[in-house]
Amino acid sequence: MKIVGLSGSIVGSKTKTAMLVFEKTLRAKYPDAEWTLIDLADYNVQFSDGRNYLEYEGDTAFVTKTLMDAHTIVIGTPIFQASLPATLKNIFDLLPINAFRDKVISFFVTAGSSKHYLVAEQQLKPILAYMKAQIVQTYVFIEDQDFVKKEIVNDDVFLRMERLVEDTANLTATYDIIRKQQEDQYDF
Amino acid sequence: MEKYRIDRSKGIEFGLYTLGDHIPNPETMERISAKQRLDEIIKLAKLAEEFGLDVFSVGESHQKYFATQAHSVVLSAIAQATKNIKLTSSSTIISTSDPVRVYEDFSTIDLISNGRVEIVAGRASRVGLFELLGYDLKDYEGLFEEKFELLKLINENKIVNWEGEYRAPLKNAEVLPRPLHNTLPLWRAVGGAPGSAIRAGKQGVPMMLATLGGPSSNFKIAVDAYRKSLTDSGFDPAQFPVATTGLFFTDKDSQVAMRQAYPGVNLGLQLVNGHGFSKQHFAQAQDVRDALMVGSPQQIIEKILYQYELFGHQRYMAQMDFGGVPFPLLVKNLELIASEILPAVRKYTKQ
Repeated sequence: MKIVGLSGSIVGSKTKTAMLVFEKTLRAKYPDAEWTLIDLADYNVQFSDGRNYLEYEGDTAFVTKTLMDAHTIVIGTPIFQASLPATLKNIFDLLPINAFRDKVISFFVTAGSSKHYLVAEQQLKPILAYMKAQIVQTYVFIEDQDFVKKEIVNDDVFLRMERLVEDTANLTATYDIIRKQQEDQYDF
Repeated sequence: MEKYRIDRSKGIEFGLYTLGDHIPNPETMERISAKQRLDEIIKLAKLAEEFGLDVFSVGESHQKYFATQAHSVVLSAIAQATKNIKLTSSSTIISTSDPVRVYEDFSTIDLISNGRVEIVAGRASRVGLFELLGYDLKDYEGLFEEKFELLKLINENKIVNWEGEYRAPLKNAEVLPRPLHNTLPLWRAVGGAPGSAIRAGKQGVPMMLATLGGPSSNFKIAVDAYRKSLTDSGFDPAQFPVATTGLFFTDKDSQVAMRQAYPGVNLGLQLVNGHGFSKQHFAQAQDVRDALMVGSPQQIIEKILYQYELFGHQRYMAQMDFGGVPFPLLVKNLELIASEILPAVRKYTKQ
């Protein structure tokens, strides 16, 4: 499995911390998986100006190309102002409409409290669907109280992350097999 | 239609167009040299003429993976190498050139070709050339609309007086030489957006419509909008030809056609547009209702006639060399076009 982790926040540490838990869990369960981490906080990505993603330069070019080349993507996102952070929305805006066709995408959310539990259902999933992703329907929702001193301290979160890693891997494998069967039928 | 040199008694015109893409062979991942690509394009045009096709056109693209940036130069080489086949562009990006220079170039090729040249002016789907040639992408629409109007004015008037935003004014300007038959057929390239088709109708120019894939019926929207716009602007739609263009590949065995066409198209799109051609869509395109002309000659004949029922168009332009296609396969395609497709589509669309 070739999987890219996209940590969608340039602010704070919770999303990155959770992404590292995902990575650790992935490496333990699927040691052969190829993992690439893109933490938006490490990159200087410009605002989308409508051009084809191939025409961007520097960090913007790198981030967009890595995502377009990815087979599976796991997105980590905080909730800002009852919605996705603009930095993550901008990544979607940089890419073409059908960017996620034939890609499996899963995600987890970090938020101040449980008040914004449905942001993922109502705001993130529709975008991923429009961009033609095969979405892992389950996700992990992590709250402020699950963190102490930049570490996750809630066992439940770890167990949920394990299931998320598994669900991501399973949907990827399923989809790969079925797609190959279909394409073999085309015989070209 | 006579003004645009369309003779409906001969049936629908069938032409070839190239974007001059310069892409590796998908099997070997090796690229022929730019020189070989250009030589082969000229050879292809000659062969197209020998096999009885009606039109050959070359487009300009100022980006990586293309070799016909100087498309008018290539067209003039083809003019020298051929006798009867119509020559046009697909398209000339008038936004980033000077209409005076473009007209001088095409008028000259027209004289060299003994009066066979047409111009299709477009505004570009790939916009890398704006930065290279020093234009601001924000002026994408403004540049095209103004320069297209000027090109049309130059085409229709021996002496031009003109003022605009993007070019120095012309005072009693004579743009020379004049083409052999005084004017050139000037078409507008439309990518599919109804807005652009409507503008073509307002301007009173023929429309060349890109129908790259997906259900042919989706393009009917643009064709109908074009003809309505012509009527609303006081023109008679019956006088204005419509052309469709798209990817093409044939073999007696439709499975072989797909196997030979898919890798190049997929690789080409991946390199040039950043995403390939979905296998699912390519497979589904076998349906007669889809605009992608890949399949057996019989399938393609049915598709062209299906489009003819929908659009009542006068010309179909095929792009078969996209994506590092080896030259012998192009020759094979021409042979099948000439022996099977041309006779059938002409027979059923003659008026």
